[in-house]
Amino acid sequence: MDKTTKVVDLEKVVIKFAGDSGDGMQLTGSQFTDTSALLGNDLATFPDFPAEIRAPQGTVAGVSGFQIHIGRIDINTPGDIADVLVAMNPAALKANKKSIKKGGTIIVNIDSFTKRDLEKAGYENSPLEDNSFEGYNIIEAPITKLTRETLKDSGLDGKSVGRSKNMFALGIVYWMFNRPMEQTEQFLKKKFEKKPEVVEANIKVMHAGYNFADTIEALPSSYTVLSANLRKGTYRNVMGNQATAWGFLAAAERANKELFLGSYPITPASDILHELAKHKNLGVKTFQAEDEIAGICSAIGASFTGSLAITTTSGPGLALKGEALGLAIMTELPLVVVDVQRGGPSTGLPTKTEQSDLFQALYGRNGESPAVILASSTPANCFDWSYMASKITLEHNTPVVLLSDGYLGNGAEPWNIKSTKDMPSITPNIATEGEEYLPYKRDDRTLARELALPGTKGMEHRLGGLEKEDITGNVSYDGDNHEKMCRIREEKINRIANILPKQEVFGKEKGDLLVVGWGGTHGSLYSAVEKLQKEGLNISLSQFNYINPLPKNTAEIFNNFKKIVVCELNNGQFVNYLRMKNQGVIFNQYNKLQGLPFTTSELEDYFKTLLKN
Amino acid sequence: MAHLTNKDFTSDQEVKWCPGCGDYAILRAMQKALPQLERNKEDFVFVSGIGCSSRFPYYMNTYGFHTIHGRAPAFATGVKLANPKLSVWQITGDGDALAIGGNHFIHALRRNIDINILLFNNEIYGLTKGQFSPTSKKGIKTKSNPHGTTDEPFSPSDLAIGAQGSFFARVVDTNPKLMQKIFLEAEEHRGTSLIEILQNCVIFNDKTFAPITAKEVKQEAQLIVEDGKAMLFGAENNKGLILNGFKLEVVTIGENGITEKDILVHNAKEEDPTLHAMLARMRPPEFPAALGIIRAVNKPTFNEGLLAQLEYEKENAKFKTVDELLKSGDTWEIED
Ligand SMILES: Cc1ncc(C[n+]2csc(CCOP(=O)(O)OP(=O)(O)O)c2C)c(N)n1
Ligand code: SF4
Ligand SMILES: [Mg+2]
Repeated sequence: MDKTTKVVDLEKVVIKFAGDSGDGMQLTGSQFTDTSALLGNDLATFPDFPAEIRAPQGTVAGVSGFQIHIGRIDINTPGDIADVLVAMNPAALKANKKSIKKGGTIIVNIDSFTKRDLEKAGYENSPLEDNSFEGYNIIEAPITKLTRETLKDSGLDGKSVGRSKNMFALGIVYWMFNRPMEQTEQFLKKKFEKKPEVVEANIKVMHAGYNFADTIEALPSSYTVLSANLRKGTYRNVMGNQATAWGFLAAAERANKELFLGSYPITPASDILHELAKHKNLGVKTFQAEDEIAGICSAIGASFTGSLAITTTSGPGLALKGEALGLAIMTELPLVVVDVQRGGPSTGLPTKTEQSDLFQALYGRNGESPAVILASSTPANCFDWSYMASKITLEHNTPVVLLSDGYLGNGAEPWNIKSTKDMPSITPNIATEGEEYLPYKRDDRTLARELALPGTKGMEHRLGGLEKEDITGNVSYDGDNHEKMCRIREEKINRIANILPKQEVFGKEKGDLLVVGWGGTHGSLYSAVEKLQKEGLNISLSQFNYINPLPKNTAEIFNNFKKIVVCELNNGQFVNYLRMKNQGVIFNQYNKLQGLPFTTSELEDYFKTLLKN
Repeated sequence: MAHLTNKDFTSDQEVKWCPGCGDYAILRAMQKALPQLERNKEDFVFVSGIGCSSRFPYYMNTYGFHTIHGRAPAFATGVKLANPKLSVWQITGDGDALAIGGNHFIHALRRNIDINILLFNNEIYGLTKGQFSPTSKKGIKTKSNPHGTTDEPFSPSDLAIGAQGSFFARVVDTNPKLMQKIFLEAEEHRGTSLIEILQNCVIFNDKTFAPITAKEVKQEAQLIVEDGKAMLFGAENNKGLILNGFKLEVVTIGENGITEKDILVHNAKEEDPTLHAMLARMRPPEFPAALGIIRAVNKPTFNEGLLAQLEYEKENAKFKTVDELLKSGDTWEIED
């Protein structure tokens, strides 16, 4: 297709597709993502669903969005605020008023700005007609009308015609960013293999949108984002929850174990269950239990029997799993508990992100019950961390809680595909048949006990939640033994620090300000710190993935900076944990509790003030 | 395989139930029953919740797991799914299974996972020292309800049948022979086998089952059902059951023209659970209590279903290794 307008090169751009839940915005966004990925852009995406599945059509509660950040530079977040917004109805415009940059481009489907549509969105007058959006570049596209026009001879019914509107919008955006449409054409052909008329209609509408954009004068120029400088390799897009699931598959294969998942559906963790449920071919057994408690208990049963056993949930589910997790700690069985965190307390904000389950993971159980805590920090590295969680749990025979969050779980980015062969080996800690078996005898170095699996001759033994006698594992109510066992369980976790890599610092090892983060905030913190470094400020970042135990050089890092600020999406849980572990060190804190990730601009502003004072 | 005896199934741990507790007889019956299965000892796993009864696995020299209160069905499910070759036994109490664990209990039965559940029903919370349980008789006075309970009790059989259970048996702790027989048949049965054991707690609920188990009454108060046999009972074995309209009725052979031919014949394999439920609900003094295998119907099991899917998927899958999965779908190359 010839371009009639000049093409402007951009470093990076944020685009948001927003519409009614039924408008197909997730699909539109994913198509734009896949096409951009194939062009070699670096990118990050974030879907923004309504909490209600069928919120009333046309209302603000029913708006579904998909944000994508593409660039030819390193992209670490889905972007603070959109440069371009596609709003399929007034509600989508209203819901995203704050998500669009001042002066940005807004493409609206003007056909859906009737009086009724405006009322449903809670507007008395059209925001396009008062000065609500003054200074923005508003493109009023008659998307519904032109889609109908395009398909008037297609023979499709009105409903199917209506459903292709999103392809018109996609066509416009493809034109704006100078993208080829082949990828989406291929996709449509595959998706509607059995309905060639639907394939044809959708392709036709997409081209109509593209041509519309090419023709109208409202769009002064079309933009291009060249491919990013990604490292050599084979890439694909992954979502965080998918990567988490795959890390477990890889670990099970390397450890020569069957993977068992016991789980109960909960947003935003269910996609891990869905992903693993697809892969029975790889020997995974998934069990959708009657509740979260049965999910973890079935996993512990499978672990006792020799599987790599995991359970996946979000905050409310982790609360239900507490007692059983304590049992896994007492019986020293391998188990990974994944918590894809969301806003709390209680049901809280099911579809929004937060990091407020850290204390629950660390301390939310009765008794002295230490667990290993890890946190993934980007959608793609969810793969590495579920793999590491599996390795630690199988080698040390102690449960691991892996913290992810809604933002990571649903976010996507290109992934330089790893091979299972690139991953470290995993050696499950299991007794060999024929040895004398003492269930609570330990390895001198790691203090891990060995497992003996049911079915192994001569190693019959009983486990349980009552305190264990050292070495024999028999029930013991002896006070001295209890104290000893509590200390051993603690020390066993602490010793895992011996095998951890050093905690890293991005930027200078010594300086004025150290920004500290953990888990899913990596993208925003990294972008802000990198920007300020480029401006010449003396600022570094240390993002934690190992939470308990902490890497051994942690205290050393803190001593090298004049100021430290711990940033997290909660009310200060990690910072207080660090205060407890590093008495005497002064930590500043920056917290946000809006169900949203940090924006790089708010971070930059805050860091600058800290550096000034 | 070496022939095993009850000694092989006895662990080195001292048994700590109260002297006279019904649990002892159940333990002994189990230790005598298992050798008759001619299976390797390492293939048995005993999983329990919390309660006096749930200490059972510590005394069995097999693999065992004393878990948390009410959740044993979920652990047992995990064990069975992870290694379907194992023989999995769940030990539970009336509080453990029907109060805190009610949810897991009905779901295990519904799924028909191939495990055996021994419900030690003493109609009381033993371990926590005598509070009423969901099976306690209405009006019973306990520490947690000194004025008498106003709760309606659960009937375990109705709960099991309502949850589409495929196997229900009942036995008393005073009949070791019948216990052994039922344990063996439960293990034979494919699916969730529920065995309700009327167990005496000498300390907190002594003699609650005496109207069924006491020597003086037991012949009149117990009907031991056997598949394919007429349901007869009584000291002279001349009493039996008939259906009168929609209701069961006790009759005496020779009275009112009743002959043995009129007596109902037990059919444990009947899929319709109506009669099984009626039998299981019978209680003295109007009726004898039904013991033995009341229901044993063949249904697909959860574990076999899952395994069949796994086999099918393995054979027909596009990829066989994780690396193939990771590289599937849309990928692109970045050159230097
Ligand atoms: C989470 C939890 N809640 C409460 C208890 C206390 N508790 C232990 S056993 C029990 C009831 C046991 O009754 P039952 O299941 O009938 O067993 P029995 O002792 O009669 O054999 C209770 C309430 C517990 N251990 N854990
Ligand atoms: S309290 Fe009752 S059930 Fe528990 S051991 Fe004693 S007699 Fe048995
Ligand atoms: Mg009881």
